[in-house]
Amino acid sequence: MIEIENVTFHHGRSLILKDVSLTLEKGGITALIGPNGAGKSTLFALMARLLPLQSGSIAFDGMDIRRTASRDLAKKLAILRQDTHVASRISVRDMVGFGRFPHHQGRATRQDHEKVARALEIFDLTDLSNRFIDELSGGQRQRVLVAMAYAQDTEYLLLDEPLNNLDMHFARNLMHQLRDLADNHGKTIVVVLHEINYAAAHADTIVALKNGQVAVKSKTDTFMTEQNLEQVYDMPVRIRMIDGLKVALHHA
Amino acid sequence: MARTFIFLGICTALSIVAFMVLGARGNWDFILSFRGIKLAALVIVAIAIATATIVFQTLTSNRILTPSIMGFDALYILLQTTLVFTLGSFGYVTLQPEMKFALELLLLSSAALLLFGTLLGRGIQDLFRMLLVGVVFGVLCRSLTSLLQRLIDPNEFSFLQGSLFASFNRVDTKLLMIAAPLVLGSCVLVWRKRYVLDVMALGRDQAINLGINYRRELLIGLTLVTALVATSTALVGPVTFFGLLVSAISYELVKTHNHGPVLIIAGLISITVLVGGQAVFERVLGMSATLSIVIEFLGGLVFLFLILRKVRA
Repeated sequence: MIEIENVTFHHGRSLILKDVSLTLEKGGITALIGPNGAGKSTLFALMARLLPLQSGSIAFDGMDIRRTASRDLAKKLAILRQDTHVASRISVRDMVGFGRFPHHQGRATRQDHEKVARALEIFDLTDLSNRFIDELSGGQRQRVLVAMAYAQDTEYLLLDEPLNNLDMHFARNLMHQLRDLADNHGKTIVVVLHEINYAAAHADTIVALKNGQVAVKSKTDTFMTEQNLEQVYDMPVRIRMIDGLKVALHHA
Repeated sequence: MARTFIFLGICTALSIVAFMVLGARGNWDFILSFRGIKLAALVIVAIAIATATIVFQTLTSNRILTPSIMGFDALYILLQTTLVFTLGSFGYVTLQPEMKFALELLLLSSAALLLFGTLLGRGIQDLFRMLLVGVVFGVLCRSLTSLLQRLIDPNEFSFLQGSLFASFNRVDTKLLMIAAPLVLGSCVLVWRKRYVLDVMALGRDQAINLGINYRRELLIGLTLVTALVATSTALVGPVTFFGLLVSAISYELVKTHNHGPVLIIAGLISITVLVGGQAVFERVLGMSATLSIVIEFLGGLVFLFLILRKVRA
């Protein structure tokens, strides 16, 4: 369970998050959506401890992120950001292997190597395992990062706009992989998404932020109403049922 | 990689032997102890510069930076200029070497502490803000230096100029007793942090994700770099591009991101170039040229090459 309590965040003089309190149950995929500037990425960065909390508290299964050692948190949650730059030439296997670092602190055991091999297999990277990261395409690199997060073997997985720069093929693939991690590996996944239709198709719960506050939190099915979307995005959006899936026609 | 290790090990051993035996005439006891101390100084400096550069490049995720961007060598030059300006060249050479060394170390480390103080603010861009402050600080020191050098007596100026180039020749052996433990201690700490450095190289976000206490490790790393740079600068004077030369060759030779092998390779290359180069310059060329100028020239070329390659890529 992720408990976010009374989190307020200022950037300079502007208020980014206003007293946000939110509880996310264990299991499943939660999509964090909202218009630009709603505070999604800030909330993500706070949960991932990439930004220091200014007030309020965030806890994963009762582990307060301010009081728990970063090393222990690294075994609880893995984070995945889009703009991860890879400076040095690292092979795919080594990169995925870094996911084991919180567990072995640099001295990998046979068990660690096995977990890495398994992660490579699950994400179809075994053939690429000796290639260098900077030789891969954007989609393959994304897969490496997800495999690394999988190897980190945490209960929680946080992703910040993972679909940016992915074409529709890789984007759908990634969402299927996340679905698989949630359904078959018992992970709790929180993902910041821009495109409402991906959230509608793949998430269990949707949390919509607006102006630094939680505007709506509900099950995906009940969230997808024209009224909710208009409230969140300040524009009329039509919703149609296509092949049993609610689709928001926001683009035309 | 094993072959690279053996090859470099042999190169290092050869350059050390060359340095010790080449052109030796007379009492071996005297020669070995005299040259041995000099050799120790060169090895210490070589290791310090190589380690400092590798660690600094990892912390800044930038392979074309050297610690000199923080402006410490400019501060060193300013200090020397001020000393000659106020004491005159006679007063300067009669300074107690231990006193001068202590003064230099003290000044360089307090400047470093002030500079790292800017890191203690909150925010993401802190590291680059710190580097920028260092650049500006370096420019300030250089301007003050050139002002003083204009005011100085021309004879004193030519004396000063001679003492500002790094000289691997005039290492004061007494200072070794202080410098050696400082450098070796820092290197041991860096070695023990080699896995943490591997993760730090992935960038701030990944390092935090993998459970590194990023701010703490950054400060520790920079402090170690400063200790190494300050000691080597105080021992032989400022060297800018030598570290860059060493790190570029190391990464070219061992295509790995693991700091363990990279640090060892860089140390071996550094020793080979410095000790071997000094042997050639001292014994074969009869001191007719200065090693530091050649090394800086080569390092500068490597720097240009790296930049041009980046531009084309």
